[in-house]
Amino acid sequence: MAVLNVNPTRMELKLLQQRLRTATRGHKLLKDKTDEMIRRFIEIARENKRLRMQTESELCAALNAFKQAKCSVDERLVQEAFVMPSRSVAIQCSKRKVMGIEVPAISIKRSDGEQLYPYGFLSVNSQLDESVRGLDSVLVKLIQLAETEKTCNMLADEIEKNKRRVNALENIMIPQLTETIKFIKMKLDESERSATVRLMKVKDILNK
Amino acid sequence: MPDKIAVIGDKDSVLAFKAAGVEVFDATTAEQARGLIKKLSQGQYAVLFIAENLAEQISDVLDKAKTQTFPAIVPIPTSAQPTGYGLRGIKSDVEKAIGVDIIFNKED
Repeated sequence: MAVLNVNPTRMELKLLQQRLRTATRGHKLLKDKTDEMIRRFIEIARENKRLRMQTESELCAALNAFKQAKCSVDERLVQEAFVMPSRSVAIQCSKRKVMGIEVPAISIKRSDGEQLYPYGFLSVNSQLDESVRGLDSVLVKLIQLAETEKTCNMLADEIEKNKRRVNALENIMIPQLTETIKFIKMKLDESERSATVRLMKVKDILNK
Repeated sequence: MPDKIAVIGDKDSVLAFKAAGVEVFDATTAEQARGLIKKLSQGQYAVLFIAENLAEQISDVLDKAKTQTFPAIVPIPTSAQPTGYGLRGIKSDVEKAIGVDIIFNKED
């Protein structure tokens, strides 16, 4: 490992020792942070997987029902039935902090009093009702999934970044500093020895 | 703070979402989807659901959006069977964070 390009003085030694102390402490903190992030990440990833599998199957069921319903009704009638949706979904978003990263917190707001089906019952069949109802209930889960998945993504990204930082400290910064401190100490010792020797020589000459 | 949801996918499969009160945008090609995502990310959209078959073609856009808080772009299945694209996304996240996939191996 290369020694840093510094003057071998006591001042520099002091500064480097301070930096080494900070680096070691930072390294420990970051390592702890990674551990905790990974612990949380595993929890969230499990939840994410469970939620996704559940949502996917429910959504597929609802969409299949919709497709079947559409086959038995005139295409234009279905189009017409959905032209004006009777209710709208509003969501409320805020930011939540997980281990210092900002992840979205999304909650769904909807008005349950309104009519779910935007069409008259005369033109379409009951299968369509079913699929719309299914989709409506799966929407809450979909929003939850979006939130969990985003948290998972962002946490994974942050863990990767954090690992790089830990590695940089562990494998580059700290060895470099230790090596430089050692080098300066050797230099200082060396100059001290040479000063002593010089004094002894001078004394010898004077004595003669 | 963004507060809207949208679904992107081909016309037939996303029509049903309209009844649930979600905004629907139809796109059949990857290019259309790319344009829509670009446009909607600038708007007030917090969550974008995108059909899996489209998401697979424009995974670069999705990857880029992963690090931002909003919007959350979520692939959803629109065909009869989920293609597993969403689950693969979780798997790659786990691999990225931990190094090896410990969640999927254990339970399946």
